[in-house]
Amino acid sequence: MTMRFLHSCAVALALLVAWPAQALTADEARAMASGETDDRVAAINKAVPTADARTAEFFQAMADDAVKTTPGRVFVMKDDQGFDPVSGAEARVPEDAEDIVNNNLLRSTLESAMAALRLTSTDEKVRGDAVQTLLNEPDESRLPLIERALAAERVPAIKARLERVRAASMLDSADRARRIEAAGTLAGSGSPEVKLLLNERLAKEDDVEVKAALVAAVRRIDDRLVWGDRINAVFSGISLGSVLLLAALGLAITYGLMGVINMAHGELMMIGAYATYLMQGVFQRYLPEAWFGGYLIAAIPVSFLASALVGAVLERGVIRFLYGRPLETLLATWGISLMLQQLVRSLFGAQNVGVENPSWMSGGFTMLGNVSLPWNRIGIIVFAVGVLLAMGWLIGRTRLGLFVRGVTQNRPIASCMGVNTARIDTYAFALGSGIAGLAGCALSQIGNVGPDLGQSYIVDSFMVVVMGGVGQLAGTVYAAMGLGILNKFIEGWAGAVLAKIAVLVFIIVFIQKRPQGIFAMKGREA
Amino acid sequence: MTAVTLPTKGPLLRGKGWTAFFVALIAVCAVAPALNLWVSADSPFHMSDYAVALTAKIMCYAICALAMDLIWGYTGILSLGHGLFFALGGYMMGMYLMRQIGRDGNYKSDLPDFMVFLDWKELPWHWTFSGSFAMTLVLVVAVPGLIALVFGFFAFRSRIKGVYFSIITQALTFAAMLLFFRNETGFGGNNGFTDFKRILDIPIATQGTRMTLFVITGLVLLGCFLFARWLIASKFGRVLQAIRDAETRVMFSGYNPLPYKLTIWVISAVMCGVAGALYVPQVGIINPGEMSAANSIEIAIWTAVGGRATLIGPIVGAFIVNGAKSWLTVAYPEYWLYFLGALFIAVTLFLPQGIVGLVRKWLAPGDRGAVASDDARHEAQRALAAGEGMEPEALPPVGVTAAAVGGIETKGARA
Repeated sequence: MTMRFLHSCAVALALLVAWPAQALTADEARAMASGETDDRVAAINKAVPTADARTAEFFQAMADDAVKTTPGRVFVMKDDQGFDPVSGAEARVPEDAEDIVNNNLLRSTLESAMAALRLTSTDEKVRGDAVQTLLNEPDESRLPLIERALAAERVPAIKARLERVRAASMLDSADRARRIEAAGTLAGSGSPEVKLLLNERLAKEDDVEVKAALVAAVRRIDDRLVWGDRINAVFSGISLGSVLLLAALGLAITYGLMGVINMAHGELMMIGAYATYLMQGVFQRYLPEAWFGGYLIAAIPVSFLASALVGAVLERGVIRFLYGRPLETLLATWGISLMLQQLVRSLFGAQNVGVENPSWMSGGFTMLGNVSLPWNRIGIIVFAVGVLLAMGWLIGRTRLGLFVRGVTQNRPIASCMGVNTARIDTYAFALGSGIAGLAGCALSQIGNVGPDLGQSYIVDSFMVVVMGGVGQLAGTVYAAMGLGILNKFIEGWAGAVLAKIAVLVFIIVFIQKRPQGIFAMKGREA
Repeated sequence: MTAVTLPTKGPLLRGKGWTAFFVALIAVCAVAPALNLWVSADSPFHMSDYAVALTAKIMCYAICALAMDLIWGYTGILSLGHGLFFALGGYMMGMYLMRQIGRDGNYKSDLPDFMVFLDWKELPWHWTFSGSFAMTLVLVVAVPGLIALVFGFFAFRSRIKGVYFSIITQALTFAAMLLFFRNETGFGGNNGFTDFKRILDIPIATQGTRMTLFVITGLVLLGCFLFARWLIASKFGRVLQAIRDAETRVMFSGYNPLPYKLTIWVISAVMCGVAGALYVPQVGIINPGEMSAANSIEIAIWTAVGGRATLIGPIVGAFIVNGAKSWLTVAYPEYWLYFLGALFIAVTLFLPQGIVGLVRKWLAPGDRGAVASDDARHEAQRALAAGEGMEPEALPPVGVTAAAVGGIETKGARA
């Protein structure tokens, strides 16, 4: 609020310096604040090219609903005090003064009007945002203002966008040469909004030549958009793939290496997500607000340990009695998953809990007109790669990894060599569970955290492991990425549900053809 | 070497068995209707409508459990997709019941309400036969049967077994659930079918109709039981059990397991479909939730609780688990999942033979040795298999000498 006020002051100051403006008159103020919506819109648009500091303040006041009217006068309200918009002097507000009512059309008009005034702001970011706002709602009446701003603009990026706004504002011009010129300029843009504007004009256009120019412009934009769509599909495919990978990596150890059908895997992910939620609570309550963004970093080891601990208890308590009996393991771990779900429901309630993105994970970065990559998705891809590398190192390079591989390959010989196989089983299972916890921590950033979180991933993660080939880390990676990208591409033309079904059917058919997965285990069994 | 005596084919049921069977038959066909329809509501012997509905529902579940037992208990193939066949049977019956509503729906249209809502002008192609009761009965058998046949053929031909099979059946029912959730599929989307009014032009909600459906369900259950009994005692059933215990050996003996597995798989699916078709008119609703993975796994637990590879076991299991469910979800709703979860763990850890196995052990202490040696052999086989990283069937059967059992057990503890 204060910021906005300061802003409008700065804008007003800039305006005063920039060009001789005509002062706001009482009649203008009345026309803008009361009457029919269409008349008010017209009045506001009329006031923009000649606006001065008072007009800017008045726009802001109207946008903030801080204006009252009586049939004869208009008041700007500040801290329950009335001020005259023209002179700025304090004025007594009569009892019967009414608040102004702004509908959506008025609000967007006010917004673009203020944006037009901000075009002369000295702050680059403010100018950039103002240009963006204007591009969504172009209006011919602002053309002089835009041209003046264009002449003054020095930053090339903003200048290019201003050109586009100018062209967009000329689209509805009465002069057909200007319309053709506008279409030509706009063709260089690659944004879906511009395409929409062009299409809107195309529907209204009567002139054949202009029509042809518009069609050509739309086609050129389409060409650029296609690339954007492709990049989007690949990116969301990789993003889904890395989610699948995270979900399946833990399972690649517990199922892939150890052969335990762990139906509670999803619930171990859920525990990781809830651990993240708890860390968020701790940071909110006990630590300074500025540190809040760090909760996610702190949550990574906590969610790993929480799930690893639960996993170790499960292995010691139930699963070790069931080695070599896969179907029984399946049923027992399903039972465990039901109990864990209910436990979470009793502790945290059946509703989803809210896990916020820290500020450095929200927002995104724009690559092309229609390609914007959210930070949290990028974060997950990076995280998945990190977890994968860490796991590869742990299994391939450490003593624990050596023991795990040894016990998987030949239990009796490993035992003869003095490896405590029972303990290695527990460690390996805890490791797999901990990685599930990490997956849960990551998932809390992109989806709902609730007792059912695990259920939605369990079928998928088994599919990935089975498809990649049991006991094959590389296979798991290829399968996760392949399925993710396949899913997103089918989604593009068939919708999310059909894509999911198609992928499941594909996996079923694939397993029929190649039961050993993409990569067959090398060795005696192969 | 003593001459091998082939087991002779036993009678369908022995004396006591027939007695119990006829007691059950009379209870379903005469006692229950009498207690419900003709004993006054104040009498302690009155069977309330709630009890009738609940028992009927559980009897449908028991048919499913029996079907699961045939495929899992006797053939060793754990299906996590039986909920799909149950729901398909239910949907076939549901389509007929929706057509029976006629113009009494909210929109007073010939089309079912949800189609009016979606602004469809005519019935989609797969509703072609839904107007006829006879065709519906055919579809109830044919649709789950056909889907099971196609899926089973490809799965068994590629020799997918064990956990792989379980997981892809789960994927199958999951995919079907997603499909049925879509409005465009033409099965009522999320809400499925409900608000049934008539069956065969008779109002469906009356006490008489409910009792009739109850008796029919009971008869089907008893019929399925006898059929399963006959099937298991036949040569076909013996081959199934041989496939369960050592599939490779069966193949080396000159049998092709594919037709055997496929036949029992289709029979099992059809039984589930019939159960679903009986379930829907009595419960009054069918929606895609029935195809969720959880429902299919629950069928397996009914069978496991009662006792696999016994035929009375699944029925007992279905009654115990679902009885406990309907009591606990009302009395202590938050504890039901703890109970169910604990049941899964306890049965797999401590009761591999289920309740029936436990009772048998108590009743026949002299027989314990035989059971134990059988158990030991299976245990040893599994232990060896785990040690070798192979499927149990792939190994030669283990002899039952005391030394072998003893020797294996130390290994088995860690296997």
